[in-house]
Amino acid sequence: MKYYRSHILVGINEAAKQAGVDVFVNKLQDQISTAGLADEINVLETGPLAFFGRGICLTILPENVNYENVAIEDIVELVEEHLLKGRPVHRLMLDSAAQFKPKFNYDRRIVLKNSGIIDPESIDEYLGAGGYEAWEKALLNMQPADIVNEVKASGLRGRGGAGFPAGLKWSFTAPLNAEQKYVVVNADEGEPGTFKDRLIMEGDPHQLLEGIMICARAIGASMAYIYIRGEYKLCIARLEKAIKQCHAYGILGRNIFDSGFDLDIGIKIGAGAYVCGEETALIESLEGNRGNPRWKPPFPGVKGLWQYPTVVNNVETLANVPFIIKNGAAEYRQFGTDECTGTKVYTILGDVAYPGLCEVDMGATLRTVINEYGGGMKKGFKFKAALVGGAAGVILSDRMLDVKMDFVSLNQYAAVLGSGAILVMNEHQSIVDMLWSILRFFRHESCGKCSPCRIGTQHLYDLISKIRKGEGSMDDVEMLHTIALTMKQTSFCALGQSPIMAIASALDNFRDEFIAITKK
Amino acid sequence: MFLDICKKYPPTKDNLIYILHEIQDTHPQHYISEEAVQVISEYLAVPVNHIYGVLTFYSMYSTKPRGKYIIRLCESPPCYIKSSDIILRRLKSLLHVNVGETTKDGLFTLELCACLGVCGNAPVMMINDDVYGDLTEEKIDSIIDKLSEV
Ligand SMILES: Cc1cc2nc3c(=O)[nH]c(=O)nc-3n(C[C@H](O)[C@H](O)[C@H](O)COP(=O)(O)O)c2cc1C
Ligand code: SF4
Ligand code: FES
Repeated sequence: MKYYRSHILVGINEAAKQAGVDVFVNKLQDQISTAGLADEINVLETGPLAFFGRGICLTILPENVNYENVAIEDIVELVEEHLLKGRPVHRLMLDSAAQFKPKFNYDRRIVLKNSGIIDPESIDEYLGAGGYEAWEKALLNMQPADIVNEVKASGLRGRGGAGFPAGLKWSFTAPLNAEQKYVVVNADEGEPGTFKDRLIMEGDPHQLLEGIMICARAIGASMAYIYIRGEYKLCIARLEKAIKQCHAYGILGRNIFDSGFDLDIGIKIGAGAYVCGEETALIESLEGNRGNPRWKPPFPGVKGLWQYPTVVNNVETLANVPFIIKNGAAEYRQFGTDECTGTKVYTILGDVAYPGLCEVDMGATLRTVINEYGGGMKKGFKFKAALVGGAAGVILSDRMLDVKMDFVSLNQYAAVLGSGAILVMNEHQSIVDMLWSILRFFRHESCGKCSPCRIGTQHLYDLISKIRKGEGSMDDVEMLHTIALTMKQTSFCALGQSPIMAIASALDNFRDEFIAITKK
Repeated sequence: MFLDICKKYPPTKDNLIYILHEIQDTHPQHYISEEAVQVISEYLAVPVNHIYGVLTFYSMYSTKPRGKYIIRLCESPPCYIKSSDIILRRLKSLLHVNVGETTKDGLFTLELCACLGVCGNAPVMMINDDVYGDLTEEKIDSIIDKLSEV
């Protein structure tokens, strides 16, 4: 590989595309050549950077200077000042006042270890970073049962919300005799505030593919589908390209590496329904039906897509697998806690100084994530609450800042880790308003199959609307809780069982606010 | 013409979602007509009621004619606390429509939607296939202006 003095990482995402990043990169390269720096400075179009800025964002390494909202008109100045004279252009810096630099912690990353470093559209760069070594090992040197056991031993839990042990799930499907088995990747990502799967796929599509391949080999599937939401255009394009590259290199297809194993991966898109993230509803949708959940059991692992055994896993879950197979379960267990191993990818949003993407060890506290990765609160704002896990999540107060975030610890507080979305609210924002917005979401997304949820979500919305207008009483507030509890006990799928979490946590942590508004 | 689109896909039920997407995307009014449903029903040998069942289940499909530009503004909590309601008010007053309606000139349809997965740039909307983030009232004015010109 060539040695460069400096790397300019250009984050390519939808916002950057909107801002005309394609033209921008061409102009930037021209200007660098004009300045005679083409041999010294490498411009790399990559996936997500460690922060969410406006418009086109750049990170310049090794100095770790972050720019946001850079326009074509700024290129000349940027090259002159920063690249030639070594003086950062403060006007364009992420926040020139603060000293905070997004923490890259690449030494503690598993899922995002290549993200922002390699060109996600190049299979050669992925191979150069040790990619597909785990696949080769799994295919040529391991028996399916060995793979399942290794993943079991790693302690990897599903990252789609529920935290079910992945190896255990695979172990139900692996021994079944069936004409056909499938791997289905859940990339539907509809939980409000969550877009880590999008960033994982945009930043390193090959790593997900490698995880899928290993899973397919472990359970004996010759076909895998990635069910992805239609809005994720850039992900879809990158995955399609990556799959093509794999076929060209003989990494996918027939008789891979002369092992006798066949595998293909297809992409299927959704049509906009939150409930289709539920695994059985997702399967219904794949079959061309309404996305109504199915009764479990039988579980998809036994009877799934077209009634064949099907393992459904989340994107992040599968993206962990190559590391486990390559380095072994013991190495993986160096990350996280004993009961919840590995790392978790979070999207930090709201009133923190640097909303962004991060990957931290399981069991890190909310305080750590907010302060070290989100740069603390935005200047002039105080922490009030955090919505953790999206609409199906919980509203935590400052009392909970030091609770460890992992599946087991949060459970003790009737909270869930959920999808990894952290939405930070400041002291001026209203919890009642937030709850209203959450319940509006559920009312809209209930699939209508069962009455507790279909009718319950409407009632919840009506009640919270009344309370929000100042026309409700504390009896109405209690009624919210009662209805949600009934829904939890009687709803057909986890969607109807979810609103209780936001409601109960809001009442536990912020009851005063409900008292105040009902007194008006 | 609907049949030509159908024929791009093998006649199995799982392709229904794709056929609907493509028919809707290529129709100038972005919707699925009764006639289209009939054609699909015959092609896939799937009853009409199944197709309507699917069509009405997913939020991206419409059975009513819509505008050239479909505006889908996100109203989920992360966008909501970044004042997506102010953006909505602006859009309504600028276009003189309510949610679910199309402007008289047939150019814009205003819709609300759930999280688009671009919350880092909240508040967010999509217009057809394009994402617009970090919305402000001024930005809305200029986006609508630009699209109205051509
Ligand atoms: C309403 C609802 C929405 C869900 N949405 C998603 C989703 O967007 N992505 C996801 O991976 N899992 C989602 N799940 C969880 C899936 O049902 C399933 O547990 C998961 O895909 C299993 O993968 P994992 O074990 O790797 O986490 C959702 C569940 C429910 C009930
Ligand atoms: S709980 Fe809600 S989403 Fe789930 S099946 Fe019942 S109505 Fe549908
Ligand atoms: S909440 Fe609006 S895009 Fe996610």
